[in-house]
Amino acid sequence: MALERSDVEKIAHLARLGLDDAELPRTTETLNDILGLIDRMQAVDTHGIEPLAHPLEATQRLRPDEVTESNRRDAYQAIAPAVENGLYLVPKVIE
Amino acid sequence: MHRLTLAQIARGLAAKDFSAVELSEALLARIGQFDPQLNSFITVTADQARAQAQAADARRAAGENGALLGAPIAHKDLFCTQGVRTSCASKILDNFVSPYDATVVEKLAAAGCVSLGKLNMDEFAMGSANESSHYGPVRNPWNTECVPGGSSGGSAAAVAARLIPAATGSDTGGSIRQPAALTNLTGIKPTYGRVSRWGMIAYASSLDQGGPLARTAEDCALLLGAMAGFDPKDSTCVDQPVDDYLAALNRPLNGLRIGLPREYFGAGLDPRLSDAVMACVEVLKKLGATVREIGLPNMQHAIPAYYVIAPAEASSNLSRFDGVRFGYRCESPVNLEDLYKRSRGEGFGAEVKRRIMVGTYALSAGYYDAYYLKAQKIRRLIRSDFIGAFQEVDVILGPTTPNPAWKLGEKSSDPIAAYLEDIYTITANLAGIPGLSMPAGFVDGLPVGVQLLAPYFQEGRLLNVAHQYQQATDWHQRAPEGF
Repeated sequence: MALERSDVEKIAHLARLGLDDAELPRTTETLNDILGLIDRMQAVDTHGIEPLAHPLEATQRLRPDEVTESNRRDAYQAIAPAVENGLYLVPKVIE
Repeated sequence: MHRLTLAQIARGLAAKDFSAVELSEALLARIGQFDPQLNSFITVTADQARAQAQAADARRAAGENGALLGAPIAHKDLFCTQGVRTSCASKILDNFVSPYDATVVEKLAAAGCVSLGKLNMDEFAMGSANESSHYGPVRNPWNTECVPGGSSGGSAAAVAARLIPAATGSDTGGSIRQPAALTNLTGIKPTYGRVSRWGMIAYASSLDQGGPLARTAEDCALLLGAMAGFDPKDSTCVDQPVDDYLAALNRPLNGLRIGLPREYFGAGLDPRLSDAVMACVEVLKKLGATVREIGLPNMQHAIPAYYVIAPAEASSNLSRFDGVRFGYRCESPVNLEDLYKRSRGEGFGAEVKRRIMVGTYALSAGYYDAYYLKAQKIRRLIRSDFIGAFQEVDVILGPTTPNPAWKLGEKSSDPIAAYLEDIYTITANLAGIPGLSMPAGFVDGLPVGVQLLAPYFQEGRLLNVAHQYQQATDWHQRAPEGF
């Protein structure tokens, strides 16, 4: 099943990626090539095989619920695009 | 001095033949002289290097004698370095000065390593040619018309040209081993979880692993010993003692059982590389190894499975780059969605956007089972192949790449052609086992790499086999002309 231009626009929206209209035909073509490669998987018999998420089958380790990090807000905000009074600024969300 | 390996540098510093400051100055001068031809560095940290070298000399004068005390290195630009730009070779992080050090950076600094700077790479480590960097492509010192491999292409080019004796890299689908092969270096991808990923900018979290590139197995052993180990800050890091990799080097190869997977020697492999690999096998036999053919029947499914799992994880990992808290923000966003879309659309390069979209699609409603879950099942089949093979052999040997280094631009318009170059390396990432590439000859003046794979946590075995091979051969000592 090949992706249409509208599918690619939808995927780009889901990924919050701005694409130029000029990029769309080439992007659609390349994504279809890649999906063609990926679809070779469907020929593999995986009946009864459990998915493998972690090569060592490890489970997430838990740590004691203690504060271990100091507050470094100023250092982190020093590299932000826009801050004011310790807050990150973005365009107005609620009118 | 630039011809010295890390092990030779350690002896020279201990014998006071030269100081860490003299060594760093000599290499900084070489970087200034030769890097314009290669573009291997994104950032050179000369002042910081001088301060670290002075500190290393002071520690040595005070009686310390660690093997890496004063050793010059550089980091792939996806390891966060406090106070130094960490770009991941992306426009979206061009202005990102990390507020903290990666664990690997911290551990190597504590061992006394002097960092000369940050190395070029494929953007977000996505590539096999180092052509997707925002800072321009890296060139291969063996032929500057050719790619150095990727994604750790800057690491490979800088070490191969003797600008630095060793470098850090990362390997998600071959990004240490493939550039090592294409530039005549030794590089090792450790077992998943052996080296902390904390502060290493994530591409595909279940596959990513940091490791060293150097000119000898001995130097890789030195660096890996300092990089590896448990880190409570990385929840996937394994709490298991680190082997003495240097001690492992000298074990004789008598009785070593080597497996040659028939799938590695089929169509697609340049026959000249096949000849070089078989010549390497003959040397190992003379050193006492026995050889048998094995099968890894699911290898053929590795590329499709990888190009689901890696983009899926990347699409999730890279959602953090949104123009809000750090990194690039577009000009005059009209609303929040516009801010996200244009910051990401303008900040990411073409290959990164492609992989984010493939991953987003594979994880989207209705497709999860057909893509991500299917790929994870294939992942188990690939791992089972290895577990079965390692019942019969100690290490698996084959070519690292199907072809030697190719010309810049040759595959950049066809992503699929570039993806297929990873065929021999990505299975180790999917299974999580360690893999090493070592120099094993030349074709038309371009290096050929042999890959060795071993069971989980047997990095020492890989370094041992490579070291013994390097005692019997001199491929790894060959240097590119003009540098």
